[in-house]
Amino acid sequence: MDDKTVASAIANAVQQPKSGAPTPKGQHRRGGWLRQLLVPLLAIITALILGALVIAFTDESVFQAFGGGFGRGVGQAFSVIGRAYGAFFSGAFGNPVRIISALISGQGAQIRRAIYPLMETLRISTPYIFAGLAVALGFQGGVFNIGAEGQYFIAGLVTVFVGYAIKGLPAIVHLPLALLAGVVGGGLWGAIPGYLKAKTGAHEVINTIMLNYIAFRLAEFMLDANGLMARGDGRPVSPEIQPSAYLPQFFPNQVELRVNVGFFLALAAAALVWWLLYKTTLGYEIRTVGANPRAARYAGMSVARTIVITMALSGALAGLSASTDILGVLHYMPNAFSSGYGFDAIALALLGKSHPFGVVLASLLFGALRAGAQNMQGIAQVPVDLTSIVQGLIIVFIAAPEIIRKLYRLRQPVEGEELVTVRGWGGA
Amino acid sequence: MPPVLQLRGITKRFPGVLANDHIDLELEQGQVLALLGENGAGKSTLMNILYGLYHPDEGEIYVRGEKADIQGPSDAIKLGIGMVHQHFMLVPVLTVTENVMLGMESIRNGIVLDRAKAARRIRDISDQYGLEVDPEATVEDLPVGIQQRVEIIKLLYRNADILILDEPTAVLTPQEVMGLIAVIRSLVAQGKSVVFISHKLKEVLELSDRIVVLRRGRSVGATTPAESDERSLASMMVGRDVILEVPKGPANPGDVVLDVRDLVVKGDQNKVAVSGVSFQVRGGEIVGVAGVQGNGQTELIEALTGLRAVESGRVELGGRDVANASPRSITEDGTAHVPEDRQRDGLVLGYSVADNLILNTYYLAPIAKGLAMQEAAITDRADRLIKEYDVRTPTPLTPAGNLSGGNQQKVIVARELSRPVKLTIASQPTRGLDVGSIEYIHSQLVKKRDEGAAVIVVSAELDEVMALADRILVMYEGRIMGALDAAAATKESLGMLMAGVATE
Amino acid sequence: MTLIKTSAKAQRRARTLGVVLLVSALAILLLFVPGANAGQTTTFAFNETRSEAFAIPELAFPTRAGLYLMAALTAFAGAYQLARGFTRQGAVLGIVAGLFVLAFLTWAARGQSMNLTGMMKSSLLRAIPIILAALSGVMCERCGIVNIGIEGMMLSGAFLAALIGSVANNVWVGLIGAMLGGALMAALLAVLAIKYRVNQIVAGTAINILATGLTSYFSSRYLQKYEVLNTPPTFLPIPLPGLSRIPIIGPALFNHTVPVYLTLVLVIAIQLMLFYTRWGLRTRAVGEHPRAADTLGVNVFLTRYVNVLLGGCVAGLGGAYLVLSSVARFDELMTAGKGYIGLAAMIFGKWNPVGAFGSSLMFGFADSLQTRLAILAVPIPSQFLLMAPYLLTMVVLAGVVGRSRGPAAGGQPYEKE
Repeated sequence: MDDKTVASAIANAVQQPKSGAPTPKGQHRRGGWLRQLLVPLLAIITALILGALVIAFTDESVFQAFGGGFGRGVGQAFSVIGRAYGAFFSGAFGNPVRIISALISGQGAQIRRAIYPLMETLRISTPYIFAGLAVALGFQGGVFNIGAEGQYFIAGLVTVFVGYAIKGLPAIVHLPLALLAGVVGGGLWGAIPGYLKAKTGAHEVINTIMLNYIAFRLAEFMLDANGLMARGDGRPVSPEIQPSAYLPQFFPNQVELRVNVGFFLALAAAALVWWLLYKTTLGYEIRTVGANPRAARYAGMSVARTIVITMALSGALAGLSASTDILGVLHYMPNAFSSGYGFDAIALALLGKSHPFGVVLASLLFGALRAGAQNMQGIAQVPVDLTSIVQGLIIVFIAAPEIIRKLYRLRQPVEGEELVTVRGWGGA
Repeated sequence: MPPVLQLRGITKRFPGVLANDHIDLELEQGQVLALLGENGAGKSTLMNILYGLYHPDEGEIYVRGEKADIQGPSDAIKLGIGMVHQHFMLVPVLTVTENVMLGMESIRNGIVLDRAKAARRIRDISDQYGLEVDPEATVEDLPVGIQQRVEIIKLLYRNADILILDEPTAVLTPQEVMGLIAVIRSLVAQGKSVVFISHKLKEVLELSDRIVVLRRGRSVGATTPAESDERSLASMMVGRDVILEVPKGPANPGDVVLDVRDLVVKGDQNKVAVSGVSFQVRGGEIVGVAGVQGNGQTELIEALTGLRAVESGRVELGGRDVANASPRSITEDGTAHVPEDRQRDGLVLGYSVADNLILNTYYLAPIAKGLAMQEAAITDRADRLIKEYDVRTPTPLTPAGNLSGGNQQKVIVARELSRPVKLTIASQPTRGLDVGSIEYIHSQLVKKRDEGAAVIVVSAELDEVMALADRILVMYEGRIMGALDAAAATKESLGMLMAGVATE
Repeated sequence: MTLIKTSAKAQRRARTLGVVLLVSALAILLLFVPGANAGQTTTFAFNETRSEAFAIPELAFPTRAGLYLMAALTAFAGAYQLARGFTRQGAVLGIVAGLFVLAFLTWAARGQSMNLTGMMKSSLLRAIPIILAALSGVMCERCGIVNIGIEGMMLSGAFLAALIGSVANNVWVGLIGAMLGGALMAALLAVLAIKYRVNQIVAGTAINILATGLTSYFSSRYLQKYEVLNTPPTFLPIPLPGLSRIPIIGPALFNHTVPVYLTLVLVIAIQLMLFYTRWGLRTRAVGEHPRAADTLGVNVFLTRYVNVLLGGCVAGLGGAYLVLSSVARFDELMTAGKGYIGLAAMIFGKWNPVGAFGSSLMFGFADSLQTRLAILAVPIPSQFLLMAPYLLTMVVLAGVVGRSRGPAAGGQPYEKE
């Protein structure tokens, strides 16, 4: 007991109130924001630099140039990197010169071509935002939803079923219904591990992984060439959904610009999650259970109930990534594909510091990475998989900010700023 | 022959705390030295220094007459010093043999664990000192008393001859304590030397050859059982340099607010922690619950506030039975609870002060309207309470974790006492706080009493209980040893009750 | 009090087991018997090749009679359990589960012939990468490091097995390359989890993404471009003299490639090391209560580093098996989730090497069965068979049938005071 007293005395001594004039409200917050952004930004930059090194050192022309002298080698390395990242950039955001000149020319076709990369980035970001929000919401509530992938499959199945099986509804009813189906499907699938954690203590990480595979097999079964939801023409895909369930395109007459209202839905979802987390009693409960379940219990909250709700909401958000994919872009559900959203979503939540707006920014970045990578492969022959390398590195740096701080000689952060996720599954 | 162990001028400072202030200590071979003192007196710190877990800022350690430099537990082990920690360092799923041999394994054929050999040695040690431990048993299946013996065997297995036992009786039943005393006797009879840390007077008197009393990090006296008795030890132990005085008028007790009858509560190890406690608290009085920690106070309070299941008995709050009611319904019934562990239970350290101030009213008007929380109302309440309860915080949006302990506690007190309550429960309300905060919190509790609320204060600090309470209940091993009128209570009489000695 | 409570719990569980057994018997009667026509026979064959020392005759029996017998045995076990109670309940449950599977096979192969030996063999082969993944998990988790990154380690192992094996044109060098690949990723996990105290699940996820990216990137940069870099030699089956000629188990167990034998040896070796050596004792102590180990002079960090690296090597072997024992080339994402299945097998096997082996076999059996059923044209969707192991893992994790408890310190970074 002596130790405890001493320890708390130490804690008290360390945490003396700041002397001097009290910081004005706004300034206090902004300082925090800037500091919070610094590490993620440096993490992204560092990962991109490492990615550039990978590009340079796997390019034969660089090696050949090194044969002709060090300076030449370095020059060639920079030119290779420049070409790759240039292609990457124009693939992700478009060529600014072309966009401006197209806008000036006022020609529809030209403008569309010029903004196509940017629109693709937004399209690819859409499901990322939903999936990232799903994991971020879980983190806030102290649960690790590694099952966005499974929730995606289930929500996709339900959404596509509502989309093609119900006929003759007006779009105003059919579309929301199909979206709702995804929300319910993903939500229920997410609630299962939540319930198991709350009732039996079984760790949600394992259960969500198991449910991923179960969902995957279920989707495979349903969409098998002879499956219950197969199109019937021998292909393992679902039937096309009714046009009344389509998410409206931004450019309805231009099929190649696939960006759709789903992107706005994603932004709205981020705003909604933000509101829920920070402005409602439920959000307060979720965050309290996530930050300190003992205090939550002391405060009279039902920890078990909150965990189930958190997982259900998380699953619902992950479900929406499938719904918007299907209703906005694919218009059917293919069999046996891995969306990869489940793991990317973890990266997104980490990168966004589990804050809804952070997740949006992170998703836009990942969308750009994916869109740009396509172009990079096409033009500079750099495999798209570079994005996975960069993403993996970003997670490493975000999760171990010490590395970044050492690298850039940054100050240690104030206690309590570190990201807290969840524990392993060993203990109680 | 020089003393087997000698500490000279050991000083250890933690930021803001002088944990050990020039402590001298001598242990002769074959003796039991009792280190007596209240919680926070610096006993464990001193022993952790001896075991190499902390490094002293000043002072020297001599083992068998030679100066020792103890950098870590392995140095201590080499010097023949072994320590049984208050929280056992045993791996529950391993067997006794495995736990004992860990780090010093017997090996045969160059690779295979020689369990049989280790078990033989454990049996030998067990027989030699009358420990009666089965080497094949899995530790988690053993009762706490036997687990402690496993810890002692771990030391003997490493040939330790200076044994430090940190609060060894804190977790034991009376029968197990008897067994432990026998074991210690047998150890010293065979030449081992023992340092025995305790705050229980009776055991100390029964067992030790010499007694050193620590208070507030200083050694305040050395004596022997022959020269002292429980009364003198209690006054040495609980005496204070600073005498706390709480300005308050006489109590004006009204109706019974809390009526507890035959309450039985189990602790974490499924052991009965509160066994058949009955008492009443009236409005307008402060009832102090005194007692050495770990005698059921924590479990009692948790049961009263709905955080722990009640096995049997009644808890009536304003006439309604709230045994096993939910924490929320008990809170809504008008109970304020300042929890014992403020950082773990009472606060969300990452939340702002403002958010912490609404921890159990976040869902009620005006803080919430339906699902939506009202920012303005939260800010208003925060501004008002911060001012009213003198919380020193840079802004209401500062994370509670950044405040000092005293201000953290003020946040909790503000949150709890600002609600209309008929029962206020404060557990260790001033532990680790500075004098200013202590006075403030005391005055708030008295104010609550004067407004007519029933107040329960649980504290390990006798001075606090005596200064604050109108009546005092003393808990010992899950029972109420005695109930005294605060005016009639003396430190000695309370100390006796706390040590389990019944007064007539 | 405590004693009474546990015995009440045990009683309830014993009763539950009895009921489960009776329900199984009923299930055999209701699910399988109606499907079998009166005249049908089921044939089980046991000879895989002609290499056995002597041929075991095929076992042919009337389907219905066989099913009735199995139902009766199951029902008897259930009744005995309810009336008297078995002492070794786990074993009984296992036997009855086996009976149930046998009943299923009897029904599935009604009017046809099924080669059980071939089935055993293919179950084992399909289980090998899962076993290695699970063993990797056991090694890491036993010392308190949760390893979600097994998949990534296997993938790296597979990649380097193909690359280095091709360049050296030597299977053994390829095998070492695979272990290196696994260990590299494991080193990253170890540094992140031990030194930087990163959330271990996050670290594992990062490894999976990173390994996917790196292997796919280098694969499309080099392996796909230069076929010579992706044509590793392969291990050939080596029939163990004598043993391989034993009927049934010979072909199933003793006519395999080196990685298969190595896997079987590793299962036993890790089991023995974990429970009978100093390393194992220290590993388990560190995984359960690192501070206790630390106070006795055990180096917690070193123990964890060593284990995680060894675990990475084992995972790498899993990747090597895929490349050097079967397909002889690296394909992007070729591990196809086997790392995660291994994780499930580890939990199902209660963090024990032998248990993990058994549950991996179950996963392999489910996998092998679904292909057989397709051949037999049994109207059970293969997906449901493939789903079953995951469902069972969830059931075990929830504590419905015997609780699976991981090392107590799993996932928690250790900090010195």
